[in-house]
Amino acid sequence: MTHLETEIQLLKRNIVEMWNLVNNQLDKSQQTLSNFDKDLIHNIKVNEKMVDTFELMIDRDCENILALYSPVAIDLRFVLSVLKINYNLERIGDYASGISKLVDDLENPISEELINSTNIFVMFNLCQELLKDSLNSFETENNWETRNILGRDKAINKINKEATKIVADYIIKKPEDVLIAMNVLSVIRKLERVGDHIQNIAEELIFYMEAKVLKHQKKKKN
Amino acid sequence: MEHIITTELVSLFYSEFQALKDISIDFLPNTVTALIGPSGCGKSTYLRLFNRMNDLIDNVKITGKVTIEGEDIYKKDTNIVELRRKVGMVFQKPNPFPKSIFENVAYGLRVNGVNDMSVLKEKVEFSLKQSALWDEVKDKLKKSAFELSGGQQQRLCIARALAIEPSIILMDEPASALDPISTAKIEELIYELKNNYTIVIVTHNLQQAGRVSDYTAFFYIGELIEKGETKELFINPKNIKTQNYITGRFG
Repeated sequence: MTHLETEIQLLKRNIVEMWNLVNNQLDKSQQTLSNFDKDLIHNIKVNEKMVDTFELMIDRDCENILALYSPVAIDLRFVLSVLKINYNLERIGDYASGISKLVDDLENPISEELINSTNIFVMFNLCQELLKDSLNSFETENNWETRNILGRDKAINKINKEATKIVADYIIKKPEDVLIAMNVLSVIRKLERVGDHIQNIAEELIFYMEAKVLKHQKKKKN
Repeated sequence: MEHIITTELVSLFYSEFQALKDISIDFLPNTVTALIGPSGCGKSTYLRLFNRMNDLIDNVKITGKVTIEGEDIYKKDTNIVELRRKVGMVFQKPNPFPKSIFENVAYGLRVNGVNDMSVLKEKVEFSLKQSALWDEVKDKLKKSAFELSGGQQQRLCIARALAIEPSIILMDEPASALDPISTAKIEELIYELKNNYTIVIVTHNLQQAGRVSDYTAFFYIGELIEKGETKELFINPKNIKTQNYITGRFG
């Protein structure tokens, strides 16, 4: 194995570790919401610092590889993709942390009616599934599986789009729950952004595996 | 745009050994093409086809067709001196003549019958300016070329090649014996020169190929494996052998 290959393997290990950490952050943020588990919030805060540390470390590793090894072809594409995936994962980590903070602000759990009508947990599950699929396709370098992720955020976007009216109706019906309802809407908005970041990650994976740029070509993705 | 150099199914044999196998490449004018590949892959042999330098080696046999500016340069009545006036060459190690800086650049002109001092002065100055050496040597043109640094000597050799106004410049690892500053100057020079010349460069330095060339051709054991735009070849090579070579996984 060349020195560059060793560095790339190390980079791959680190980004996979970050990916798993961000996956866990998203899982835990859902748990804080579903179980109204405020003890988990502190844990999410601590792990958020770890996500930030990983981001800085991976950025530095990418810079070092570019500066010292001048990678080309598949190696260059790998480093460039990891650099961007790193940024997207950090953002997802931020949203997970943000969701837990919104839960922290609540005095009472969210009503079952609001949870069911907004489909917020369906949205959560879709985000978690897509994030896990993206990690799996990265680890197995499976471009078919990656292409399968593209466009799957449509269901997430649909829930987001419908949420405004559902939440507005709920507030009219139960004005005393306005703060809770507004926070639920904020969580939905954050999950919609998580879906976007996962799509960005999938596009970066396609660039790495197939050298194709899919950005700003939404109609051609599939 | 019409191709300035074309090779069609060119094979070259050193006695029984086949060093080039059916190579077909076309070169556009005012472009830089880098020839890359491991040692012994045939890239320098291929480069030397264009000024018929291989003719100097015993038992060389060439098949196929090489044309420069539409002329078959291997046809029987080819004027080799005229060909080499059209196709200049710069070698790996700077090889100035044991003469003054001025006379090194004027040498090719004198050989071609130019003896008018005012013409010589004008052409020497122009060539030294083109090779980005003028400012460093204008006050010491009568000094020996050997007093220059390695990087300056190499630029002097480029000026010497330019003085006879070739249309094509061949460069065989022109910066491999130079320090990074001199290398950067040569690379900068190549970038400038392509406005007026077609350049074919052999290099082992892949980053250099990436920096200076518009097109890159990868050779392996006498075969052309892949040729394409440099940016494309270094980001998304089509052939796995190319990928393995440029990423250092070869062999």
